[in-house]
Amino acid sequence: MTDTSLLHIFMLVPLIGFIISLFIAEKREALISAIAFSTVGLHFLLFFSYFIIWMMHDHNDITIKDFVVFKSTGYEFYLDFYFDRITATYSFVGSLLTFLVSIYSRFYLHREPGYKRFFNTLLLFYLGYNITVYSGNLETLFIGWEILGICSFLLIAFYRERFLPVRNALKVFTVYRIGDVGLILAMWMSHHLWHQNISFFQLRNDLLVHTELESHTWIGIFISLMILITAAAKSAQLPFSSWLPRAMEGPTPSSAIFYGSLSVHLGAFLLMRTYELWENQYIVRVLIILLGLSTSIISTLIARVQSSVKSQIAYSSVAQIGIIFIEVALGLENIALIHFAGNAFLRTYQLLVSPSVASYLIREQFYNYKPRVLTIEDTWPKKIEHSVYLLSLKEWDLDVLMSKYLWNPLKRIGRKLNFMSLKSILYVFAPLYMIGLVCLYNKVTIPPMVHAYVPLFFSLIGLLMVLKAFSENKSIFLAWILIMMNHFWVALAVSFNEDFSFGQVHLYLSGIVVAGTVGLLSLRKIKLLENSLDLSKFHGHVYEHPKMAFIFLIACLGLTGFPITPTFIGEDVIFSHIHEGQYLLAFFTSLSFIIDGLALVRIYARVFLGPHIKTYHETPYRSS
Amino acid sequence: MFPKSNPYNEQDVLHDLKHFLPAQSPLKDFIHHNTLHAFQNVKFFEALRYASKIFGYKVSLSLDEYRNHFITGRITNSGLEKAIENRFGHAAIPEWRARTITKKYDLSATTRVGQVRANWEKYYNVDLDLLVHPILFRTICSYLDQGISIWNFPVLHKGFLNSIREMEKNTYSSFFQTRRAKELLNSRCKISDLLKILVGDESLYTHYLYDQQFAHQGWSGIVSAVEDFPETLLDTKRITLKDIIIFELLLEIDALDHKFGEIWSPLGFKIEHKPHDLFEEVKESELNMVMGLWQDAFEWSYYNDVLSAIVQKKDSAVNTEQTSFQAMFCIDDREISLRDYLEKMDKDCATYGTPGFFGVEFFFQPEYGKSYTKQCPAPVTPKFLIKEIESKEDRKMDVHFNKGTHSLLQGLIIAPTLGFWSAFRLLISIFRPSISPATSSSFSHMAKTSKLSIRYKPEVPNENNLQIGYTITEMADRVESLLKSIGLVKDFAPLVYSMGHGSSSTNNPHYAAYNCGACSGRTGSVNARVLCYMANQPEVREQLKKRGLEIPTKTQFVGGLHDTTRDEVMFYDEDILSKENAALHLKNIDSFKKALDLNAKERSRRFALINTKDSAHKIHKKVLVRSVSLFEPRPELNHATNALCIVGGRALTKNIFLDRRAFANSYDYKIDPEGSILVNIMKPLGPVCGGINLEYYFSRVDNHKLGAGTKLPHNVMGLFGVANGFDGDLRPGLPSQMIEVHEPVRLLLLVEHFPDVVLKTIQSEDAMYEWYINDWIHLIALNPETKELHYFQNGVFIPYEPNKEPIAHTSDMESLIEKHTDNIPVHILD
Repeated sequence: MTDTSLLHIFMLVPLIGFIISLFIAEKREALISAIAFSTVGLHFLLFFSYFIIWMMHDHNDITIKDFVVFKSTGYEFYLDFYFDRITATYSFVGSLLTFLVSIYSRFYLHREPGYKRFFNTLLLFYLGYNITVYSGNLETLFIGWEILGICSFLLIAFYRERFLPVRNALKVFTVYRIGDVGLILAMWMSHHLWHQNISFFQLRNDLLVHTELESHTWIGIFISLMILITAAAKSAQLPFSSWLPRAMEGPTPSSAIFYGSLSVHLGAFLLMRTYELWENQYIVRVLIILLGLSTSIISTLIARVQSSVKSQIAYSSVAQIGIIFIEVALGLENIALIHFAGNAFLRTYQLLVSPSVASYLIREQFYNYKPRVLTIEDTWPKKIEHSVYLLSLKEWDLDVLMSKYLWNPLKRIGRKLNFMSLKSILYVFAPLYMIGLVCLYNKVTIPPMVHAYVPLFFSLIGLLMVLKAFSENKSIFLAWILIMMNHFWVALAVSFNEDFSFGQVHLYLSGIVVAGTVGLLSLRKIKLLENSLDLSKFHGHVYEHPKMAFIFLIACLGLTGFPITPTFIGEDVIFSHIHEGQYLLAFFTSLSFIIDGLALVRIYARVFLGPHIKTYHETPYRSS
Repeated sequence: MFPKSNPYNEQDVLHDLKHFLPAQSPLKDFIHHNTLHAFQNVKFFEALRYASKIFGYKVSLSLDEYRNHFITGRITNSGLEKAIENRFGHAAIPEWRARTITKKYDLSATTRVGQVRANWEKYYNVDLDLLVHPILFRTICSYLDQGISIWNFPVLHKGFLNSIREMEKNTYSSFFQTRRAKELLNSRCKISDLLKILVGDESLYTHYLYDQQFAHQGWSGIVSAVEDFPETLLDTKRITLKDIIIFELLLEIDALDHKFGEIWSPLGFKIEHKPHDLFEEVKESELNMVMGLWQDAFEWSYYNDVLSAIVQKKDSAVNTEQTSFQAMFCIDDREISLRDYLEKMDKDCATYGTPGFFGVEFFFQPEYGKSYTKQCPAPVTPKFLIKEIESKEDRKMDVHFNKGTHSLLQGLIIAPTLGFWSAFRLLISIFRPSISPATSSSFSHMAKTSKLSIRYKPEVPNENNLQIGYTITEMADRVESLLKSIGLVKDFAPLVYSMGHGSSSTNNPHYAAYNCGACSGRTGSVNARVLCYMANQPEVREQLKKRGLEIPTKTQFVGGLHDTTRDEVMFYDEDILSKENAALHLKNIDSFKKALDLNAKERSRRFALINTKDSAHKIHKKVLVRSVSLFEPRPELNHATNALCIVGGRALTKNIFLDRRAFANSYDYKIDPEGSILVNIMKPLGPVCGGINLEYYFSRVDNHKLGAGTKLPHNVMGLFGVANGFDGDLRPGLPSQMIEVHEPVRLLLLVEHFPDVVLKTIQSEDAMYEWYINDWIHLIALNPETKELHYFQNGVFIPYEPNKEPIAHTSDMESLIEKHTDNIPVHILD
């Protein structure tokens, strides 16, 4: 292959399509959907031609180290793209299904409020998907990953005037966020391991990979485990499986394509992408096999008791992905790819025809009715049968466990932090920050013993602030300001850790300041218009203020380090200044990043989504 | 009038609750009914007021919508003034005009139900619904499941609560997290025992139970429906509302114990201000009156045009000398336009309307069918069984619905292989939609070439207390009463068609709602065929002759089926036709075909993606594709826009363009001076037409609470209902795609007979009278001799004079159709 820069086009086409689709008037349904399916169709054609040429040539793996986005001494953030048969398979399945589903939705969503929103999100999702599957290093992949996360949130909460879609969207987003942290930590550690942002192409270089890994076994295992957590979260493996059926809240085609096929198979993609990294770590491979096996058994049991058609498909899909994980771990890449494609097509189609199940099965039942079909479980001892049935009915308590052991403790800590208030921020934390700044400029005067703990202390303050913001039930402004301040504490903490240019801190904080101010102003405006505003319930203000909701969403994304402001790169830069031994600092900082994102999306949801608090128009039941 | 909350009495509460909960049957038995049937014992507007205040329903269009209709002219000035005058007198017009048109009102609403239970959140900071609903819904759904799950609920035969008890006794796991709930479950406690723990204050018990059940009225509704009619599920299940209330109360105690330990005080002890009693009087506010006036004005602005057109149009002479053929259709509002076109294509034919079960009530068992389907209106319980034999049709299977795809090992083989077939299938179904096993087709209800066991044979024993087939006398009775009811007693043409109807759609869980309402949501083809068989029997004709109804020997009856989605027809038993009639039949088929094309064209004006200006034939082809497209949520618009019901001769509305908005029942007052036939005609009109009309009304005005919301995210639960997503409430009512073009007006029933006869008729039965005296249906009697109109109000008929303004005339219906996409005003056709 001669001209490798062609790969860009696979990101540019969806990006351009997405941007154009933003500017079409809401009423022009036909045009909106035409842009969507021609973007995806064009993408598919381009891919196909490229693929054929690639096959006819050497069909070697292709990589391009792209423009360096940011560079300073010892650090480089660059975009990198990659093309091999994994990319080819995922790209093929992705564009074919998205193309078909966008034509399907063109008619299916006719007259639905949110027609434009749906296709906007579809294209953005498609962009994120392609960035992910064409990515050449973890940093590029992370950009796509973040886009996918937020699109999932928007698609699940598509019916934003109802309670359950919004709540379930938040639930799914929290699981995705755990995956994001795994990715951040993996990036952090691999940066220290190889002293550069290593690309997937370099991973194939045995010498480079293995010499480093052999001398740092535990670091290697740490990276692999982080990647496994990310993959398991995305692919709904144990213990995260229960998010998948809850994601089926949007219009059927979006559930079919995203949660039936594309999104949910990306965990397997990540594993295949990083295969070389862990192929010699037998403990990791065994772990993946065990994880895949237990997921496939347990989710099959859950699928067997499901009495709703979509959740049944969801759990049986998860079971197959468990097997795909095993195939990947065994090194059967080709089989895994075929299995992925087949499972994705099958589940998409099954979900799309799922409304027909009523007439089809009722007809079947009418002609072939048998009073009670005995299943294998009927041969078990009664006590075992009942227990397993009940456990499966309760989804093996997976959903409960997530909140019980993960979110509730965090919230409990947050609630204990009532001393954080607008007042205490002004009188205690702001002065403390000033002292911190003064110390920073006079670093030499601090004894080394103390110096080692200062970054930890500051980052802990930041973490506590987002915890408080995450569990705050009253003041929206307090929550918002705490989230903003967290970033400042993180910056301060890392500045203590290592000497580096203020340019990097500015890069990091510039996005925070702009996005934070925009968000604060729009909250103020809503508060002025509506008088009361708090975080104890959903307000649904998007009903009357859709534009404001959009601006505020952008502000939230900016503040959460979404790749629309320099903060996104800044986050990565900041992490590169955390040393490889500083697990606790890395843990605090990454935890505050996750919770930061959760708290922001929670604020957005509470203010703008859910049932509208005003009752002059029809409002849905809470249980619908 | 309404129940009392106090003193608490378990039986009464359960009984009343069942009355107020949604009464929708499982999907396969979808039958339209008045959504607010529980309020039908009071006047319409009073019912709206109470329903809105107690349960938080939105019960009319919004004030803005009415005012917009006024600006666009849909509500006329005279309509509004007439409504005001009718209620407050002429002098009050200026004052109420100002109130209705310009005054600002506080439109926010408060709801009584839910207020007691809301205190959990307030005083205990606990969201019980969030903790209890998921496991409650999933358990009920799994218990009732009709065939989605692979592994069934392990204990079924003992009834819901006993099955739970049995499982709970013998398991390492549990439905509950704590000790006390388990013990209470086994102690067989009563509802009041549990309420004592949870609520404590007896005066709040009733309110609490309403709060609890109306937090998930969909699930409670289906349980209540299955409790009353267990046979509505093929795989019958024993469950009662009481069962699930006890289970839910236990889950609530469990959740609270889990959070607070076993010591917490009942809710009633904490509540400082007791909320309003649920059924306390709801006073009529000025806003209520304004909304009532707008609704009246909205309705009468339209009715007035219809009535004016009837009065203004010239009498059209009906040619009875040489009728080419006669065709009976269902009264369904979707058939009226086809009748118009048929009469246009063949000026000598005559069409009739009658409920689509054609007066023959029976259960039908298709060949190889394991159970029966009911082929008559829902309230009727037939004593007859008709069996299909010698059917040669195969049912096609689809592996995508196969449960093997959900098993681990089979899935492992299926996914990587069949998966690629799925991609291909998806491609085909998007670019070349065609009939597939996913389609629910009206034509497959009964095979065209099969035979039916219509004639009773003494040697064949009854089956499940049902007589197989009819005796000659039973046949003659039915044919006679049908023909008399529509006034077809002489001048028989050589061919008489009876056309049942059904619908075909794909990916549509609400498929039953699209079929014939008079056949309990089934296709009416069997009834049409059975009736024709009866009327063709020489012995039957002999008996009829003795009774004074002579059908000439050369007249033959032919049964058929009209598919309202595809606009196609199919005829049955054509081989019995005489040579002459067979030739005539061929000619008639041609008229049918042309009429169906035009009918498809008229329907297509509502389909945004079809160009109505295309030729009728071309449009028809596109309409056919809609019915088999996976991605088409609106294969047809069903009863949307229905507003009228005409009982009378064809001449009454012939040449009036009614835009497919009228039910039409043929009736000849001349052969029924006493109204004895009229009683039988009017009896089902309330439940059938009124039920359809009001279900559309309420699903339209509050699609969130009284309708099913948009169908796009629907998830089929247990094959009996739909919910949004995974853990939501069941959604009874109609999805938004069915009602979005509907205008919420009550039915106007016009009867061609003398007012005193009509009055006597409706008063003959309390249940029938309720519809009219409480204003759930508007009733007009048209004096057949003087052509004067009489409106039924407060128990008496008073003269009604429509506006004198001339109604628009047109001779070019086609361009009228091509121009409009929304409702077309009434036109007289020249």
